[in-house]
Amino acid sequence: MMQKKVLLGNEAVARGAYEAGCHFAAAYPGTPSTEILEAIARDYTEIKSQWSPNEKVALEVAAGASIAGARCLVTMKHVGLNVAADPLFTFSYTGVNGGLVIINADDPGAWSSQNEQDNRHIARAAKIPLLDPSDPAEAKEFTRLAFELSERFDVPFMVRTTTRIAHSQGLVELGDREDVAVKEFERNPQKNVMIPAHARVRHKYKEEVQLPALLEYSETSGLNRAEIRNKKRGIITSAVAYQYVMEVCPDDSVLKIGMPWPLPEKMVRDFASQVEELYIVEELDPFIEDAVRAMGITVKGGKGLIPITGELNPDIVDEALNGKKPSPDMPVYDASKIPPRPPSLCKGCPHAIVFNIINKLDLHVNGDIGCYTLGVLPPYNAMHTQGCMGASIGMHLGMEKAHGREIARKSVAVIGDSTFIHSGITALIDLVYNGGTGTVLILDNRITAMTGHQENPATGKTLSGEDTIELDLELMCKACGVKRVVTVDPKNADEFENILREETAAEEPSVIIARRKCILVK
Amino acid sequence: MNIIFAGVGGQGVILAGKVLMEVARNAGYDVKESEVHGMAQRGGSVDCQVRYGEKVHSPLIRKGSADFILSFELIEILRKIDLLAPGGKALVNRLRINPAPVESGLMEYPDDIEPWIVANLPSVRLIDTEEALREAGSKKAVNIVMLGALSKELEFSPEDWIHAIEAMVKPKFVEMNIKAFNLGREL
Repeated sequence: MMQKKVLLGNEAVARGAYEAGCHFAAAYPGTPSTEILEAIARDYTEIKSQWSPNEKVALEVAAGASIAGARCLVTMKHVGLNVAADPLFTFSYTGVNGGLVIINADDPGAWSSQNEQDNRHIARAAKIPLLDPSDPAEAKEFTRLAFELSERFDVPFMVRTTTRIAHSQGLVELGDREDVAVKEFERNPQKNVMIPAHARVRHKYKEEVQLPALLEYSETSGLNRAEIRNKKRGIITSAVAYQYVMEVCPDDSVLKIGMPWPLPEKMVRDFASQVEELYIVEELDPFIEDAVRAMGITVKGGKGLIPITGELNPDIVDEALNGKKPSPDMPVYDASKIPPRPPSLCKGCPHAIVFNIINKLDLHVNGDIGCYTLGVLPPYNAMHTQGCMGASIGMHLGMEKAHGREIARKSVAVIGDSTFIHSGITALIDLVYNGGTGTVLILDNRITAMTGHQENPATGKTLSGEDTIELDLELMCKACGVKRVVTVDPKNADEFENILREETAAEEPSVIIARRKCILVK
Repeated sequence: MNIIFAGVGGQGVILAGKVLMEVARNAGYDVKESEVHGMAQRGGSVDCQVRYGEKVHSPLIRKGSADFILSFELIEILRKIDLLAPGGKALVNRLRINPAPVESGLMEYPDDIEPWIVANLPSVRLIDTEEALREAGSKKAVNIVMLGALSKELEFSPEDWIHAIEAMVKPKFVEMNIKAFNLGREL
């Protein structure tokens, strides 16, 4: 009998890679995807695994390993795929040698993210085939399968999870690891060097050969399946929304989409023709709905009924499709008196000292992504711009471009150690190169804290805890051309305050490295 | 069966859910769970929803359909009460942990929650875990003490639970947690 185990969706993905004989995995941490690489490093040491400085590099390392012949996994959160989009769109043309699987974790509801982007659009735009599991069991199975498919169709495959797959547990059937050898690397510049002359040929191949074959697979593989029950109402649905539909509309016919791109047009037409009224239930954007409407098929209810924002749940789907409102009889305590419990900086967090002093000096703060983003909330209220990983330093220079040097005397860019390495370094080079005079504050707590304490190049440890060469942040900043680089322990509040005053006053670029270990790290 | 664990980061909410899932799985049930990670690690509210039965679809529990809610902290039950089924029960730890807005003086921790619960929610039982935790020797065992209290309401035997605790808890904490579990059964 097959062994079954309760696994977190992310652990199930790791298991799928293990069973597929994956040789190498790379990632930058990002909620809700982080636990995949942690599970691989912990449970499946047959797979070489690493944290890369950012998602673009992670994908490039994996692509290199793939073209050299290894089966490779690369994982990231949805906004991480934006960072990795440049290699993604072109490795879509080159294809693979060893299977290459990209796990993309979307975050409907923005539980731990700055936006709710729907990365099914990116798969389609990059012409990368997409699998969309509906629970941890499928997350394992789809990941395992994706390696084989990637090699069969010679293209990277993307598996998309969402928060309710990645951070949901369920029973998963465990299989054995397939024994796969690393293939030989063969020189093939026509396929692997995308000069325009080669790229045009590969694009034509994709359109004329690869995508039609993938479409045929989508029609026939069983990843998409029609479950015909009562034919009065038919519902096309995918991902976790399928589970909600099964919960509240168990008697309706369902077309379950496990491979939303390329979307199986014949199956959709066939299903639509069998049911009286067609509904589409999907989280976030009308990705399937737009395609179905473009086929000229009448959709009775889609995003007109189902919200485009936030997560779905069974209550939302029940109300939209069945008109049923949940009617809890429970008496309710006065909500205005219930203090919320937002995440906040820990007691004794070194970032808190920094924000208190920034407030004392009343500086404009260009913020970034990490625990310290919580500085925007009371009691600090000490962050005034923020957008994406590494943006603080570029925006800091931009303010100076708008208002001149005066504003740089009253501002600071605040960025963490890991985020600085991820994508702050190039912006610091820009600040120096283009005559900025602002101060950058690197909050170096010696760890990637927000995502649950992962190592990074500045900690001197790898994902598996081995010692490695430690990135020297001071030298890095000096090499970017910053002459004023000072390191201080923010616990010495007076010293920190004096340095902050001095450096913001200086009419040349400066970096203050506020170095103190995260209190949660031993 | 739909069971919700609610609490605060650091209280072991998700481990409690894991132990319950192990018990239910060993009994042959399908199980699913959903949890909140990420920002919640910084002292925010944490919840973990466990469902088990012949076949489970949604990992999320619907409003008005939780058979049990275990709240490891007093305020947290108020955020979850609309999920409780008409015939359901809630066990609420009387422990108070100040949320950030209370710590910073922006809001007050309401002092009438206990009398309000007693007056309005007959299906909610307030329990005091302090004594049991002292006897078990670790405040961290609040999750397992609460599971002990829950175990009296469910179909599984104490041995089933202890077996699951042994499987899910780090070896050096097993003995203390079994003690905590048994103390929870007395509450």
